[in-house]
Amino acid sequence: MSKAISVEHLSYSYPGVDDTPGVAVFEDISLTVEDGSFVAVLGSNGCGKSTLAKQFNAILLPCGGKVYICGMDTSDEERLIAVRRSVGMVFQNPDNQIVANVVEEDVAFGPENLGVASPVIRQRVDNALRQVGMYEYREHAPHLLSGGQKQRVAIAGIIAMEPKCIVLDEPTAMLDPQGRKEVMDTILALNAQKGITVVLITHHMDEAAMAQRVVVLSNGRIAADGTPAEVFSQVDLLHSIRLASPETVELCYELNRKGFSLPLDKLSVEECAQALYDAIKA
Amino acid sequence: MTPFLQVKNLQHIYSTGTPFEHVALEDVSFSVERGEFIGIIGHTGSGKSTLVQHLNGLLKPTAGSVILDGKDIWSDKALTRQCRFKVGLVFQYPEYQLFEETVYKDIAFGPKNMGLDNAEIDRRVRKAAGFVGISEQQLESSPFDLSGGQKRRVAIAGVIAMEPEILILDEPTAGLDPESREEILQNIDAYRKAQNATVMMVSHSMSDVARITQRLLVMNGSHLVMDGTPAEIFNRAQELTDMGLDIPEVTRVFLRLRQMGMDVPNVYTVSDAAQVLFSMKGGRIDA
Repeated sequence: MSKAISVEHLSYSYPGVDDTPGVAVFEDISLTVEDGSFVAVLGSNGCGKSTLAKQFNAILLPCGGKVYICGMDTSDEERLIAVRRSVGMVFQNPDNQIVANVVEEDVAFGPENLGVASPVIRQRVDNALRQVGMYEYREHAPHLLSGGQKQRVAIAGIIAMEPKCIVLDEPTAMLDPQGRKEVMDTILALNAQKGITVVLITHHMDEAAMAQRVVVLSNGRIAADGTPAEVFSQVDLLHSIRLASPETVELCYELNRKGFSLPLDKLSVEECAQALYDAIKA
Repeated sequence: MTPFLQVKNLQHIYSTGTPFEHVALEDVSFSVERGEFIGIIGHTGSGKSTLVQHLNGLLKPTAGSVILDGKDIWSDKALTRQCRFKVGLVFQYPEYQLFEETVYKDIAFGPKNMGLDNAEIDRRVRKAAGFVGISEQQLESSPFDLSGGQKRRVAIAGVIAMEPEILILDEPTAGLDPESREEILQNIDAYRKAQNATVMMVSHSMSDVARITQRLLVMNGSHLVMDGTPAEIFNRAQELTDMGLDIPEVTRVFLRLRQMGMDVPNVYTVSDAAQVLFSMKGGRIDA
């Protein structure tokens, strides 16, 4: 099975200003993301999550080691365009990503740049807008939309380019629960139905719990890597690196400190309630 | 006694007379006292941001009034200006508004605009930095060399340095890790207690507002639909869910336990939930 993303012994430092030394983010990090998988990346502020994301479509290039996207070396200049076509990026703040005055023109911007034929663009734009639930707003002005709506337009713009892989850097940080749910449903559907590889960087533990795999970064290293249940049950580790588990797990953890012996891998409300019920009734 | 801040039948219509005409606020009334910590919740487009922008005179009501200390803030120009200093507004992602060469200068910008003398500005900058946990050493560094969480603190300090009597924050914890989120909330609460200031916090994070505020205002479809303590508001969990709002996960766990036939109260924080279950076991667990 091919790897959508393969990071091999990556090191990266931000360059220093004048004579000051640069800031090292990664010294030696390796990670692979399987084709078609859905991986969440967690980590406290400043741990290197966004720096890593920028390596995935060659916005940043490795200082040492290699990053391969669908087998292509990101430092190979001749492959640069192919790499960027393969990986679409969605950032935290939708205001920085919207370029046109009309929603559908904004979504068309990407495919137009790729030289896609006009009738195909029309189709892709309509499909992309439907997929994010913004079709009825296609003729609106983006600056009059709410934050959540803008973010969905930004995602539509990426979908319209039909990348193999989408990297989302905290796409829901500015959204309300409804907007978050819509964006998460969109991401899950893209992954499940279209087989698009998804890398989701997030601070929301409940979003990470929806992924197939969770990678936790801390100080430029991988602190944990596994299924959501495997990762979130390591509550002490997560606390030590300024993270938390979902409230369901935190509740069981808190009770265990008071003498209960509850399992720490019950992430859903249903499972957690059942475990508590059994413990209290026992 | 006149309330400290009073919002009366507030209405706001955007782009009146254009195809984009939109009623953002309709008949919103409430009043606020000194020292209160209030959370404002509601889904995107419910009118939260429009509401808070009225409280320091950034937006002018199309009908109704905002009354601060017994006076309508639009009744004369001097009052409107005064209100912008009395009511400090921290926007979403305030770190994008940092612009000065040093953290110190950035925090000093607001007090300087107020026409204060240098000694007073210096006192306020250091005090504000103290509230948000920015060290003396960091005051001389460039704000652009700081991490996201620290930039957020600097931006909040810039507003706190104006010593507003009402501090309004729009999503102050968005995009921060859980630990930084908790620290910033504690910083804000410390300011509230020290100055007996009113704090109003717009947030989507139900766990944050449940933990730290004493009163919640719920906006839905341009109207203020609920006003009460977190306990009262989260008792109406189903209505909140219907409005597209989320309730804390522990609250949902307890709702489920009740459906399963257990006699548990409403909770909205992990520590309260743990305490309830612990005492149900008689406060003692045999290991």
